[in-house]
Parts: sequence; C-alpha cells; structure tokens
Amino acid sequence: MSEFASGSLTGKNLHLSFGTNHVLRGIDLHVEKGTTASVIGPSGSGKSTLLRVMNRLIEPDQGDILLDGRSVLKDNPDELRQRIGMVFQQFNLFPHKTVVDNVSLALRKLRKLPAEQARAEALEQLDLVGLKHKADARPANLSGGQQQRVAIARALAMKPEVMFFDEATSALDPELVKGVLALMADLAKGGMTMVVVTHEMGFSRNVSDTVTFMDAGVVVESGPPEQIFTSPRTERLQGFLADVL
Amino acid sequence: MDALDQLVKTFFDWEAMAAVLPNMIMFGLPNTLILAVSSGVLGCILGMVLAVMGTSRLTPLRWLSRIYTDIFRGVPAIVIILLIGLGLGPIVRVATGSTNPFPLAIFALTLMAAAYIGEIFRSGIQSVEKGQLEASRALGFSYGSSMRLVVIPQGVRRVLPALVNQFIALIKDSSLIYLLGLIASQREIFRIGNDAAANTGNLSPLVAAAFMYLILTVPLTHLVNYIDKRLRTGRPEKRQPDDAAALIGKGAQP
Repeated sequence: MSEFASGSLTGKNLHLSFGTNHVLRGIDLHVEKGTTASVIGPSGSGKSTLLRVMNRLIEPDQGDILLDGRSVLKDNPDELRQRIGMVFQQFNLFPHKTVVDNVSLALRKLRKLPAEQARAEALEQLDLVGLKHKADARPANLSGGQQQRVAIARALAMKPEVMFFDEATSALDPELVKGVLALMADLAKGGMTMVVVTHEMGFSRNVSDTVTFMDAGVVVESGPPEQIFTSPRTERLQGFLADVL
Repeated sequence: MDALDQLVKTFFDWEAMAAVLPNMIMFGLPNTLILAVSSGVLGCILGMVLAVMGTSRLTPLRWLSRIYTDIFRGVPAIVIILLIGLGLGPIVRVATGSTNPFPLAIFALTLMAAAYIGEIFRSGIQSVEKGQLEASRALGFSYGSSMRLVVIPQGVRRVLPALVNQFIALIKDSSLIYLLGLIASQREIFRIGNDAAANTGNLSPLVAAAFMYLILTVPLTHLVNYIDKRLRTGRPEKRQPDDAAALIGKGAQP
C-alpha cells in the first residue's frame, strides 16, 4: 500500500559531545516504518544535531542506530546516507547546476544510471513536486519554496527508506510555507518514514504520528500528538508550548 | 626642442622598433607564451593539489601545504629561477644531454605559480558555504566526490578573476628566464628587446617589448573585469523571472 520502500529507524542512547559541550545526552528515538515522527524543542536543544548523527554526518560518541532493525554503525556511512534522504533549512541546492542536474547528479554518479535515464527519472521526481517546467532553470532563479521542493525531489530521487527534514520551512517566506508543508504531508500519507525537525506546531500536531520534545540534549517527553499538545506532563514542555502556541 | 627630440628618439625610434618586430613575433611571442601557458597550466594542477591539501581535515597535509606556500610565495621569482636553473641545470645536462633551459624555467615558474594559485583556489574552496558539502555528503557522496563535483567547481568559479591576474603575473615573470642563458631562437619578448637595445644603444626595442607585453596582458585584464561582472550579475541570457516572486513583487533577483 505504501508508495515508498521505507523502513523503520531507531536511535538508541545516542551521545555526542563537542569538546566539553554535551550536545546529545542519551537520545532514544524510534520511528515505525511508514510513520512520521516530528521533533520539537527550543533552539540549541540538539534537534538538528540528532538528525546529523542518525545519518552519520556526525558520528555519535556512544549509542546505536538501527535501520529496519539492523545496526548501521559498522556500515559504510556514504552508503547509509544513500538510504536516508535529507532536506535542509537553507535548501543547499547546487547553484552551479540546473534544477534537473541537481536531482539527477546522485543518480548518475552514485546509482551509475546512464545520463538519459537519470534525466528521465529526475524529471519524474520534479513532476511529483510540480516543478518539471523549471527543469532547466538555475536554482537561483527559483523562489525559496520552489528551491525547497527541488531539494525534496533531489532527496526522493535516490528512493530513500527514510526522509529527514531539518526545519525545512524555517527559511521560507510565510506565503511559501504552505506548499512545502503540503508536499511533506503528501509524503507522510504516501507511507514515507519521516523524521521532521520543525517549528511548525500545526504540522507536528496534524501530520505526525509521534511527537518528541527535546531540550538540552535529552528527550523530555514523547508520545502521540494529541497527548503532547493537549496534556503535556512536564513543566518544560508546558512552558515551551505556552511560548510557541 | 632638442631635448624632446632626444627623448622621442630614445623611446620611440620607429625604425629601431620595426627592426626587432620580426624577431619579437617569430620567437619572442611564442616563447613567452610557451613559458607562461605551460607553467600556468602546471601551476593550476599543483595549485589545486595544494589547495585540497590546505583544506584537508588531516593536519599534516595542511602543514605541508602551508610550508610549501610560505616558501615559494616568500622568495623572489628571480631567486627561485636562478636556484633551480643554475642548480639543477648541470644535473639535467648530464642526465639528458639537453642544454635547453626551458624545462627548468617552466619548472621554476610552476613551483612559484603553484604557491599563489594554491592560495587562490584555497580561498575559493573555503568561500563555498558549508551546507554545500553537507548536502552532497547527505546524498551519499564521499568527501572526495563531494569536493570534486560540488565544492571545487563552485570555488574555482569564484576565483577566476584572481586566477587570470596570476596568469598576467606569470607572463611578466617569464622574462626572468633570460638569466639562464638563451640561444637566439629561445629568446622571449624581453630578451629580444633587451639585446636590441644593448646593441643599438637605443631603448626603443625595450619599449616595443613593453607593447608586446601589453598586447598580451591588457585583453586579459579586461577579461578579468568581464568575468568579475558576470559572476556578480549572473548570466544574462539565462535569467528568467521567477513566477512566484514576480507575483508578490519581490526577490526575483537572487
């Protein structure tokens, strides 16, 4: 029934320090196959770092990461990251390449597809995010919302098992946020396993299956969105929600 | 009036200039270009190696690149050319039987150019936003592939103007090869002008040499300005107004 070959993802007791700064202090996060987990919390709580540790852009000091129930810490990190798509706050499209080349680059160089086939698949992904007509434009000539949709297409082109969103709408003008959130909601509905770090409480509440509240490098509270948003148990979460809602 | 005549005769004796012109064009120009282009190309290759080492995460590589750059950027070109040319000259002669000073001159110019070009490339690479490397790594590219496909192409583009400047400097520094001793057909622009000036006691052949250098360098200077402008404003023919941005009347220009 799922459109995606997604898998479950688990972080177990993840620790990370930068020098004396203990950024992650034993994080546990489990995302069931085909579900969406949103991670909320104040700035500097370690949310974005958690994503980077879970795809091993940063290696954890301690703990384990399981993809589809199997530990991936011993795998080649580059191959692991081919299985986990990531979308960034600042889009990070490659400005020296056209939109379609942004999407097809990994298909050509990592999947080793011939150029025409990579382009065809990239166009298909662009069509999915409604930007096929911009295929030969440069990223700089797109609006922020369009750039972020291209970034999503770029990540999806690799047929990832899990998608990470790192404050994907925070850098967008307010009127462009909706389109990107709608696309993310479509992916969630389509059965993609997603971890969404976000300040969009509406999205967190309405789209995600579980919500994790982080503060100062620990998971303070997690559960289904109804419970987190209507009956927060800890004072820290109550305070945070009072500030942002 | 006498003094003015004297000046004109010293610097702009057209006959003296015309006399060196055939040699300038037949030998001087090609020899200068051979020296500058080959050391420029080799300098770019070695410079890129230095830049990649200089931005590496491995401290010993960064140090090696640093030490090399400090030495070859800190010593005058004339010293390097003499040390390499005269120092290695006899060894090369024994080993290959060749007395042509060009390979050693190109080697010396390359070593020196690489130090400057390496610094140019390094600053370009380091000016690329960290998110570019991160996005590339997140797609599954290795560090090396990410640098090669994403970071370095952007970094190099940004420093093209500085790179052309360096090439202009190389054209001028190539004149120093005269120190290594050249036979007639090996002489480059400066040496031909200088020899003629010495023979005739008139400086006009040197002025002709200056003109030859200007013919090479002035178009390059303007190329720098053109590249610089295009890098800042983007490729005009490729621009298309952004639909969404146009609707809300903002941000169409990046």
